[in-house]
Amino acid sequence: MNASPAQRTLTIMVAVALAIGALITAFPFLWMLLASFKPQREALDFPPTLLPLAPTLEHYVTLFVQLDFGRYLVNTLLVVAISFLGLLIMAMAGYGFAKFEFRGRRWMFFLVLATMMIPVQVTMIPTFLILNAMKLTNTLAGIALPTLVSGFNIFLFRQFMSTIPDEMIEAARLDGAGEMRIFVSIIVPLAVPIFAVQAVLTFIAGWNSFLWPLIIANDQKLYTLSVGLSLLNQQLAVNPSLQMAAAALMVVPMFVVFVIFQRHIVQGFTLSGLK
Amino acid sequence: MTRRLAPYVFVGPAMLLLATFGVFPILVAGLVSLTNMNLGGLARWSNIKWVGLSNYAKLFRDPDFWQALWNTVFFVGLGVPCVVLLSLGVALLLNRSQGPFFRALRAFYFVPAITGIVAISLVWSYLYNTQFGLLNYLLSLVGVKPVQWLSDPTLAKFSVGLVAVWRGTGLNIIILLAALQGIPRDYYEAAALDGANGWQRTRFVTVPLLSYALFFVTVTTLIGWLQFFDEPFVLTDGGPLGHTTSVSLFIYKEGFRGSQFGYASAGSLVLFVIIAAVTLLQLRLRRRDLE
Repeated sequence: MNASPAQRTLTIMVAVALAIGALITAFPFLWMLLASFKPQREALDFPPTLLPLAPTLEHYVTLFVQLDFGRYLVNTLLVVAISFLGLLIMAMAGYGFAKFEFRGRRWMFFLVLATMMIPVQVTMIPTFLILNAMKLTNTLAGIALPTLVSGFNIFLFRQFMSTIPDEMIEAARLDGAGEMRIFVSIIVPLAVPIFAVQAVLTFIAGWNSFLWPLIIANDQKLYTLSVGLSLLNQQLAVNPSLQMAAAALMVVPMFVVFVIFQRHIVQGFTLSGLK
Repeated sequence: MTRRLAPYVFVGPAMLLLATFGVFPILVAGLVSLTNMNLGGLARWSNIKWVGLSNYAKLFRDPDFWQALWNTVFFVGLGVPCVVLLSLGVALLLNRSQGPFFRALRAFYFVPAITGIVAISLVWSYLYNTQFGLLNYLLSLVGVKPVQWLSDPTLAKFSVGLVAVWRGTGLNIIILLAALQGIPRDYYEAAALDGANGWQRTRFVTVPLLSYALFFVTVTTLIGWLQFFDEPFVLTDGGPLGHTTSVSLFIYKEGFRGSQFGYASAGSLVLFVIIAAVTLLQLRLRRRDLE
């Protein structure tokens, strides 16, 4: 667009307004980081200090030494790892729906779409009862299973796989390749872009997962970071800087993931706007 | 593996999981809602008795349920317009320039959307704290007395809602921004040739062309707020005196704290019907809009 002086002034004003908005949006995170380095007493001070007067790492040490955050971290990563298995299952299903004609395809795909509309708060009680009947409560598998596959992600995989030319698959069949071999050595490599997007979103969802660990894990040994963090909730009056350190432990890795994979995350969210 | 069997092998595992954790739970909820299932029933199925529709009758007589329902209506009424308008505003402004400064700013608006709710709630609880919270300090600078952000019944609703709005805009900004960037430049140039000024171009070119994305954002935001759960759960646990308890939180508390699985399942189904009805209504309106 032509940049007349008036236009340029307006753009600068917009930039300033957006910058102020961005600072306000990001401020709670900044406050969290600053407070996490304050000694306990300073974090309770009124009026509050902006920068820590005597910065300390003691709260981060406490999280791992006195509290069980090392274990929560491992559990969280295990939940994420199991979720990645779900990614493969969904990719297979997407391929099946995109490239095969078979009996029951229509109603099965309808089922996939229908489950997109069912909210988790509606199914949490019965799903707990089902997992309980399967003796999976209080296991990591039980925490990961309810969210392992989602209709929406299957749909995305299907959309992507539909764009792969049939001729490639036919040629491989003529060469005598088995169906599983075709999937592993032709389809998966071609689907790397959609895998990348979904892997990042799966990581974020798994890292932040809260509801299912909360419902399924009774044993502290199985707590994820979110659940461990929510236990610190009662501590606010006593030690806010410890809480802020724990919150930072959850949030900062997400910043890093975001900075590295920004393009994939934005693309993934944008795709979710197309459903 | 033969070619006829192959699709079932590919689709099978996912369908099995979807059926077990997507569709089957609705049926289970329907059945359990007709029973008195509680902790005793969880231990031994022989303790479970059919009670017909009495859970539903009890639900509609329960003042706590009605309070949760009205709270949810309040949250939807407050949150959905705020999130949609704020997202639209920020997206329009961000779309003004494709320069590096604007691109860098985007990240700030997106980040709350990908951070975990528990961490976020702790940070906001600290900001909201009555004695040593930053917000009350800022108010004290302009001579306002300390405010009970999370323990005043009316204010708590707004405080909890604010956190959800803050967290909910990022995703919608991304979606709207993508839609904005899909609008061909020619349209603006044609409008400019016709003498439309900046505001008119936004009002008569951008907003109409954005209507699909806006509709999508409104529907998903609405569904999200009907299920409102995380923020009140962590920030206030539904308090004070149930003033921030949403329907989802009511179900959670009845089910997992009170172990009234039959009763909570009845609540789940009522919520499901409300969400399905609202979604269908919106789709119907949208179709009429298109015709």
